[in-house]
Amino acid sequence: MTRHTDDDGDAGESNEATESSDGGYERPTPGVPEPGRDEQPSVFVPDEGEVAETDATAGDRAATDGGVESASAGADSTELDPDAYDPVDVFPGGDLDLREGADSCYKCTSCDTSCPVAEVDDEFPGPKFQGPEQWRLKRKDDHDIDESITSCSNCMRCDDACPSGVPLSQMHNEARGQFVERQMEKLSVEYIRNRVLANYRTSASLASMFPRTASFAMNFGPARWAMEKVMGIPKERDFPEFATETFREWWKARGGAQVENPDKRVAYFHGCYSNYNTPEVGKALVSVYEHFGYEVMVPPQKCSGTPMFANGMLKDARRHAETNVENLVEAIADGADVIASCTSCSLSLRQEYPELFDLHGIDDVAEHTFEALEYLRIHEDLEEALDEAGGLDDERAFAYHAPCHARNQGLSRQAVETFRDVDGVKMEDVGDSCSGISGTYGWKEEKYEKSMEIGAEMFEHMEDAEGEVGMTECPTCAMQMEHGTGYEIEHPLQLLEDALGA
Amino acid sequence: MAINSDVLVIGGGLAAITAAVSAAREGADVRLVSHKSSTLRQASGLIDALGYVPATEPAKPLRDGPPTAGRNLDRDEWPDPEGPLADPFEGIDRLPESHPYRVVGSDALREGLDLFDDLAGDAYRGGHTDRNALVPTFGGAVKPTARYPAAAEAGLASDDRPMLVVGFRSLTEYDARAFAGRLEAAGVPFDAAGAEVEFAEAFRADAKITRLAKALDHDEEIDGVPAREALAKAVAPHLHDVVDEAGGVDRVERVGFPAFLGDDRGEEVREELADRLGADVFEIPMGPPSLPGLRLEDRLFDALDAEGVRFETGNPVVGVESATGGRVETVAVDRKGRTAPYGADAFVLATGGLVGKGLDSDREGVREPVLDLHVDQPDDRYEWFVDDAFGDQPYARFGVRPDERCRPTDAEGTVQYENVFAAGGVVGGADAAREKSASGVSLATGLAAGRQAATEANQ
Repeated sequence: MTRHTDDDGDAGESNEATESSDGGYERPTPGVPEPGRDEQPSVFVPDEGEVAETDATAGDRAATDGGVESASAGADSTELDPDAYDPVDVFPGGDLDLREGADSCYKCTSCDTSCPVAEVDDEFPGPKFQGPEQWRLKRKDDHDIDESITSCSNCMRCDDACPSGVPLSQMHNEARGQFVERQMEKLSVEYIRNRVLANYRTSASLASMFPRTASFAMNFGPARWAMEKVMGIPKERDFPEFATETFREWWKARGGAQVENPDKRVAYFHGCYSNYNTPEVGKALVSVYEHFGYEVMVPPQKCSGTPMFANGMLKDARRHAETNVENLVEAIADGADVIASCTSCSLSLRQEYPELFDLHGIDDVAEHTFEALEYLRIHEDLEEALDEAGGLDDERAFAYHAPCHARNQGLSRQAVETFRDVDGVKMEDVGDSCSGISGTYGWKEEKYEKSMEIGAEMFEHMEDAEGEVGMTECPTCAMQMEHGTGYEIEHPLQLLEDALGA
Repeated sequence: MAINSDVLVIGGGLAAITAAVSAAREGADVRLVSHKSSTLRQASGLIDALGYVPATEPAKPLRDGPPTAGRNLDRDEWPDPEGPLADPFEGIDRLPESHPYRVVGSDALREGLDLFDDLAGDAYRGGHTDRNALVPTFGGAVKPTARYPAAAEAGLASDDRPMLVVGFRSLTEYDARAFAGRLEAAGVPFDAAGAEVEFAEAFRADAKITRLAKALDHDEEIDGVPAREALAKAVAPHLHDVVDEAGGVDRVERVGFPAFLGDDRGEEVREELADRLGADVFEIPMGPPSLPGLRLEDRLFDALDAEGVRFETGNPVVGVESATGGRVETVAVDRKGRTAPYGADAFVLATGGLVGKGLDSDREGVREPVLDLHVDQPDDRYEWFVDDAFGDQPYARFGVRPDERCRPTDAEGTVQYENVFAAGGVVGGADAAREKSASGVSLATGLAAGRQAATEANQ
């Protein structure tokens, strides 16, 4: 996947676009900026065993001692040949050309200010370094990726903070992937632990074969002590309970969709957590959507990839993405839009997929994906429906936390706004701090304390809030909220189901 | 179907928030949509109104012929701006007629400041008088400003108590000794000294200001000593550093720090330091990203919530989706590649100026990218600027041109959309950087545009 300049000694020709081996990406014309983030051509991670193309000709290039190709194209003349000077391609190599993104950074450090890890971790240099600065450094072949990239929790707040549209999380994902692929010891406990955490779906599907035993065994004291010692999984954390009937088992037992409607179809991407741990969220989604007359489809699916991106396991993520994209494209062809109840799943399908992978139909999937409540707010008159339903019989108060990945989709206020005028519901936004768990981040022994420090502000605000029940869209934020306060945590779809009497 | 409200405010800065609250207080159902985290976190946290009246005519007539574009011909020369002004209201009449203050009237500025005082509460000072305060900023300049954070109060330049300014090696953009030197050179009525102390060395060399603020907020232990105590201990040996005419002061009475003294618990941090040092403690407003800006952002977004304004951040408004009869009906909001329509009876455009990206430019021209409104500009781009960097730069006044109801007009002066109102940096006519008027323009036009939008929506 290395892009390079074919140097045949003819300076004039070397500027013509050459097609790289993935068959779709053309080198830009010199002087013309490359497409920005939103039009960034996607790339894929090589399959297992496939050798990434190397830049065989790079050594022959006339280069200055900075590794920068000479603007005189190696000719003796001291005159600069403007045709040989290619400002876009001074750094050969690398998979994603994020040069324009790196150039857009004017070092205002808004990203650093928004970073919850930099606020507590003295070892972490912050997103500005991890993103544009490291991106430049790693243009050079002999430059290792700094290990601190593994301390990025992948909350992606920096994306939302950047006033200049620098694709920070995309840079982090790529760097992390390269670090894990090229520099991380594959037999290390850390790698194995991270791989297990990233592949939660695999463990969860095994555990849910014997859900009661698994829930007990995983939280059994001596077993947890051993897990911390051997695997680096903090003993303070309680493993989530596994449901005795998964969402998909329930869906099959009920005979699938109860509403047929070729004009209003949605394909539900339930993700791993709603399937194995909280099927009540999936059930609430089905009953709410059927209430509004939607035909719900539940296509075959695997992990959205979020925990894999966060751990640099891009190959795993791509394998799962292939299944997801294939099945969701089929659903879209049947007239469905894709909805997800987990905000990390929807963000992954919308943003990370097209940024990192080049799969047939991946842009269609991204374009047709919505968060479940967001979709209803766009397509239905939720306010009126809630008004007509008349609210709850008994008053209930909630402490709502907006997950970072909801924030990144512009959805941080939607739950509070949806329920603001519903009788019997009192919902308080506990502020814009990060919960600190960031998926698998808080599940690592060496990160546990940092994770709780980041979360401290949210715990405090939750306790100040009137409600004794927490609410959030994100399953791991929910774990952290429960862990820090002891509150029971609900998903907005469950409240919506109650409020609509669906 | 569209996501509807009475008034839709596009933008997330001071003007947008002012417009949203003003419209909500007129009884409108208001929604605010902003693309990114609020630009308030880039702002100093100072609220200026009008500090200077810059000259609009050069000292001698501009020479004929094409502009010199930086080549060494006879450069044009401009007189220094008039100021600093003691009273911002007094200078408004001398601004050009197309200035936003002249368009919306000085009452809008007064009411805008009143609204700000109401929203900011006890976190801000300066509301007791019309007069400007002189606040030292991190470059050592003294800025005339209408309102300032309570945390900056003990640092006012009109106060004659001797001042110690503390700096840290890791904060490279800020040099305490140079700061103190520049203050004295500016002729302030007090003696000042700067000292670089060892405190931030306990953190990584490029520690973020949020890291330092968090450590002070939580009083984290640094090498076994609580952070606030450690900071006070580092500063204590310098309390006698100031040299006056008599050869030395007994003790400074106020100590200035870069603005990182806590986030949520700033007041508590300042009080503890003041107690330990036996001197008043104040913060010096810093460049971006700025904690005073972040604190103001938090406070104003809480206020939006309390006023019942709906707001969302993260997705940009990308254009008009439908318009009929000279009115915008819906605008398109980009949600990760797919647009959703947002409808309203009235719209407020408060997307900022060239820096805030409410205006876009290339070699061909300057555009307003969201609603494609007219931006007044010379056809020849060599007329966008004058040679003297501190002269009356035409580009500084670029922006949409509003009528007296804040509705942007086209080149002929005709209103472009009956129900679109503009506020803040996207409005042209002010040279905010030279006038020190950016916040005041946002407050005055935000208030006027918000009220007009609510009136339009109520009809």
